Amino acid sequence: MSKKTLIPIGPYHPLQEEPELFKLYCDGEIVKDIKWETGYNHRGIEKLSESKTYEQIFFLVERICGICSNSHPFAFANAVEEIADIELTNRAKYIRTIIAELERIHSHLLWVGLAGHFLGYNTVFMWAWKYREPTLDLFEMISGNRNSYAMFKVGGVRRDIEEAKIPVIQKVLDDIKKKTDLLTGAVMDDPVIHARTKGVGILTKQDVIDYGAVGPTARASGLAIDVRKDDPYAAYPLVNWKVITAEAGDVFAKAQVRLLEMYESISIIEQCLDGLKKEKEGAIEVKVKEIPEGIGNGRAEAPRGEVFHFVQSDGSNSPVRHKIRAPSYVNIATFRKSCVGQTIADATISLAAVDPCYCCTERMAVAYDNSSGKKILNAKELIDLSILKTAEIKKTLSGRNE
Amino acid sequence: MAVNLFYFLVFPGLLFAGVVGAFLSWFDRKISARVQFRKGPPLLQPFYDFFKLLLVKETILPKHGSPLVFLIAPIFAVFGATMAGVFILLPLFNITTGFRGDLLVIFYLLTIPSFSYIIGALASGNPLAAVGGSREMKLIISYELTFLLVIAGVIMKCGQKFDLDSIIQTQQAGSPFIGSISGVLLFIAGIFCIQAKLALVPFDMPEAEAEITEGIFIEYSGAAYAMIKLTKYIMFFILPAFLIALLMNGFKLEGIGILWAVLKVLAVVLALTLIKNTNPRIKIKQAISFFLIWMNLLVVIALVLIAFGY
Repeated sequence: MSKKTLIPIGPYHPLQEEPELFKLYCDGEIVKDIKWETGYNHRGIEKLSESKTYEQIFFLVERICGICSNSHPFAFANAVEEIADIELTNRAKYIRTIIAELERIHSHLLWVGLAGHFLGYNTVFMWAWKYREPTLDLFEMISGNRNSYAMFKVGGVRRDIEEAKIPVIQKVLDDIKKKTDLLTGAVMDDPVIHARTKGVGILTKQDVIDYGAVGPTARASGLAIDVRKDDPYAAYPLVNWKVITAEAGDVFAKAQVRLLEMYESISIIEQCLDGLKKEKEGAIEVKVKEIPEGIGNGRAEAPRGEVFHFVQSDGSNSPVRHKIRAPSYVNIATFRKSCVGQTIADATISLAAVDPCYCCTERMAVAYDNSSGKKILNAKELIDLSILKTAEIKKTLSGRNE
Repeated sequence: MAVNLFYFLVFPGLLFAGVVGAFLSWFDRKISARVQFRKGPPLLQPFYDFFKLLLVKETILPKHGSPLVFLIAPIFAVFGATMAGVFILLPLFNITTGFRGDLLVIFYLLTIPSFSYIIGALASGNPLAAVGGSREMKLIISYELTFLLVIAGVIMKCGQKFDLDSIIQTQQAGSPFIGSISGVLLFIAGIFCIQAKLALVPFDMPEAEAEITEGIFIEYSGAAYAMIKLTKYIMFFILPAFLIALLMNGFKLEGIGILWAVLKVLAVVLALTLIKNTNPRIKIKQAISFFLIWMNLLVVIALVLIAFGY
C-alpha cells in the first residue's frame, strides 16, 4: 500500500490570493487525488438581496467579485429587464458593452500577470499589471471608480460617456493594443513558457461537456460557447466580432484564448465608440416605474464564463427570490480531470489556469446529524461556538503572557 | 591560529563575504526591480532584513520534527559557505598561507549549504518542506556533475594543477581562460550551475513560492532563518568570485585592477539576475534533463576542444 502525502494549497497560500483549500494527495511529486473546500468567505448575498430594493441590489451584486464587478450587475439587469420587458436605448446598450469589454481586458491582463507569477516569472507579472493600469484609469475617468463602477441601473446606465471622452478612450485603447502585442509576443514565443504550459492540465472537449465548464476554460478546449453569441444581449448583436477558440485544452491554449480575446474586446469597444458617435442624441436610460410580477433569467459573459441570475418578483420593490450562478464554481470541478496524474508543479499552474475567483465559489453548507437526521450547527450554535472559542483563545493568550 | 581565526571570521571569511554578499543581493534586487518597473529597496535593505530576523523576530520551532537538527542545519550551512569562501577568496586576494585553495575541497565545501538545507527541511516535519527537500536533492544530483566537469576543464586548461592559486597565476601570466572557445562554453555551463546552486529562477523549484510556499525554508523563522539568509548572502558573493577565479583571470588588486575586480563581480551577478528575470521556473524533470544531457554535452565538447588545444 502506498502512503499518500497531503499537500495543502490553502486556506492561505501564495498561489491563490483568496481563501480556499485544495488538498492534493500526492505520491512523491505526482498528484493522485484532489479535493477542495470553499466557503471561507460566505456572505449570504442571495438572502441579503431579498431585503434590498432593485436599485440597491446593483451595488450588492457588484460586490460579489472585485475583478469582474461588472458582470453580476449586467446579468442582474438582464434578468430584471426581462421581467419588466424593457427595451434599452442604443446609447445605454453601447455604454454597457464598453464597460463589460473594458473589464474583460483588465481581468485577462490580471490573469496573465498572475499566471506569470505562479510560474515564477515575476517580470511578466509586473509588466502585465503595469499595462493593466491604463484600463483602470479609463474606468476611473468614466465612472469615478477603478473597480466597482456603479454604472448600471434598471433600464439603462447611470453615467454617460460624453463625446469629449471618446478620443481619450481611443488613445488608451491603441496603447493597450501595442502593449498586448508585446505581451502576447513575450508569452507565445518563449520556449521555456512553452515547455511549462504545453500539454499541461489538458481538458478534452468531452471533459468540458461532462463537467459543464464555461468561459475561456471551455473555449480553450474547442467548445465555442459564449453567452454574448449564444444569447445576445446589450450591443453584442450590433457589432462584429468572433468567438475565440483553441483546440489543445492545455494551459497554453487557455492563455492563448485569453490573450486573443483581448483583441476582440478592443475591436468591440472601438465599434461601440463609433456607435456612440453616430447616436449623439438619445437618453442613456428609460424610466421604469415598477417591476411587475414575474420571473426573469439574466445571463452575461463574465471574463471567467457565464454568470446567471434568476430573479422572481412579486410586484413589490424587492425580489422574493434571487439566485446567482457564477462561473468559477463550475470551472473548479474540472480540476479532477486536469490535475490528477500531474506533478505538483503542473497541478498548481493547472489550478490557476481556469482563473478561479473564489468570490464566485462561496456556498453555504447545512450539516445534518446522521443518526437523528436533524439539522445541526445552525447559525445560533455556530455563534455560540465562536464565542466559546474566542473566550478560550483569550484565556490561553493571557495565560502565556503571565 | 589567531590569524586563521581572523581569516575565517573577519577577512575574507564570514564578515567580509557576508557584507559584500549582502550588497550584491541588494544589487540583484535593485536590478530585478528596475527590470520590472519597480523602485527597488534601499541600499541597506539586506542588513535590515538580516538584523530584524536575528534580533527581533521570534524563532518558532515546528511541533512535529527534530528541533536540534532543525536548528543546527543553518549553522552548518553558514560554516560550510564561510569555509568555502575562505578557500576561494584567499588565493583571489593573493594572501599567502600554507593551504592555497584545493579545488576538490572547495567543490565539497560548496555542497554543504545545500545538504544542510535538505537536512533542516526534513527535520522540520513539514510535507511542503519534504517536497522542497526532495527537489533540492534532485537538483544537486543534476548540476553537480556538470559543475565538476567545468572544474575538470579548468584543471586541464592550466596543465593539471589542482589549486586555485596556480590557476589564477597561470591566467594572469598568460590570458584569461574565457578568451578561448572552450572557455566560453565552460563559462556558460558554469553560470547555469551557479544559478542552480543559488536556487534562482529558473532553478528555484526547491523554494517555489507559488507551488510549495518557500519549500525547504517554510518552517524557518527568526535567528535560524537569519543564518540561512547569511548563507545566501555569502554564496551570492563566493560563487561568482569562484567563477571569476576559474575562468576570468581572478583579481589584480592594484590601481585600476580593483575597479576591474568590482566590475567583474557585478557583471557575473548581472548575468545571473537577468537570467532570473527573463525565465519562468522550470520543472524538476526539465532541470535534470537540462543539466544531465545538454549542459554535460556542452562541457564534454569543451573538454574535447581543450584536448585539441582550443
